[in-house]
Amino acid sequence: MSALRLIARDLRLAWTGGGLWLPILFFLAVAILYPFAVGPDAKLLRATGGAMLWIAALLAALLPIERLIRPDWESGFLDQLAVRGWADEAVAALKIAAHWLSFGPPLLLATLVGAALFDLDGDMAGTLLGGLAIATPALAALSVTIAALTARAGGGAAGLMLLPLAIPVLIFGAGSLGPNSVGAMPLLAAVSLGLTVLAPFAAGAAMRALRD
Amino acid sequence: MEQRQAEPAPDAVVIDRLACLRGGRLVFERLDWRIARGTLGLLTGPNGAGKSTLLRIIAGLLRPAAGSIMVEGRVALADERRALDPLPTLRQGLRFWAAMDAQPATATDRVLESLGLAPLADVPVRMLSTGQTKRAVVARALQSGADIMLLDEPMNGLDKASAALMAAALAAQVRAGTTLVLASHIPIGIDPTTTLDMAI
Repeated sequence: MSALRLIARDLRLAWTGGGLWLPILFFLAVAILYPFAVGPDAKLLRATGGAMLWIAALLAALLPIERLIRPDWESGFLDQLAVRGWADEAVAALKIAAHWLSFGPPLLLATLVGAALFDLDGDMAGTLLGGLAIATPALAALSVTIAALTARAGGGAAGLMLLPLAIPVLIFGAGSLGPNSVGAMPLLAAVSLGLTVLAPFAAGAAMRALRD
Repeated sequence: MEQRQAEPAPDAVVIDRLACLRGGRLVFERLDWRIARGTLGLLTGPNGAGKSTLLRIIAGLLRPAAGSIMVEGRVALADERRALDPLPTLRQGLRFWAAMDAQPATATDRVLESLGLAPLADVPVRMLSTGQTKRAVVARALQSGADIMLLDEPMNGLDKASAALMAAALAAQVRAGTTLVLASHIPIGIDPTTTLDMAI
């Protein structure tokens, strides 16, 4: 019950802080701007649009990274949970769940719009949507972990830290859209599962280190 | 175990030859202190003496560099940070933590009343002044139902009337059987059972 209360609180904060709209607007802005950058070649857009949406999704997950851990550390919120006996790993896992709920489902809806903008066919749009549904928990897990690791130093380094860690997700995710993509989706699922399972431990350790 | 139950006031906190290092600096060493259950322990000393650090060690948030510490019971901590979200009202913020502590909503109402915060219950947390925020933070500890309450400078920023209310609320809490450990560099208006002076 207390766990649900924590998730609900994080969701409320995300939504009142623009967490619901910001990633979607960012995601759609990329989808709208991309054709201006590469030109109106429909074939090219169809061929590269899916991969572009993957990059946009990855960056959208990063957008709220500054408010994922740092405000709760600075305000003493994390300490209050620790005093009550909450394991840092459990708090990290709940924060990952809340972050995913705040940006994952809205992003999947926005993907439908992005797929329409790039005129992706039904199969590819389905693969893109399936891949993002599998990968967004991993993106949320990475974001929370990096937010915990960079809480003291500030978010400047966050983007640089996320990108290499997210490369496997991007390779298998965007790779699943290509013509020779057999096996990409199971590998994406494996990578996503691994990251999502390991992240609470890494983020929990980083949160513990913040107390010193 | 039986022998322990026979004791009239067993210790809630036992600190034995405790030492603390922060950032390579020795904050204190060879610290001994015992606080009996249901009594008031007062930590005094100048800024930087390590009062807040000792409270954090008792709360389990920091590890001592040497020595041992025994804490018997559930702990609540009210330090200098508010840990209340800025947008919700004071009542909502405190009720969130009351629910986290499995306390009824009436626990929040009671403590709002006793600390003179009832008129501010519907004010967003971000609008509270320094003294009001301090009372709100102490209110969270008082409503928690914890056995041991660690309060860091609970009188800071309080006007005369609020300080009197705070002193009365703290005294009532001790009478109710709670162990209070206070760090304060100014008079608190109630007599402590035991005092530890952390002079540098």
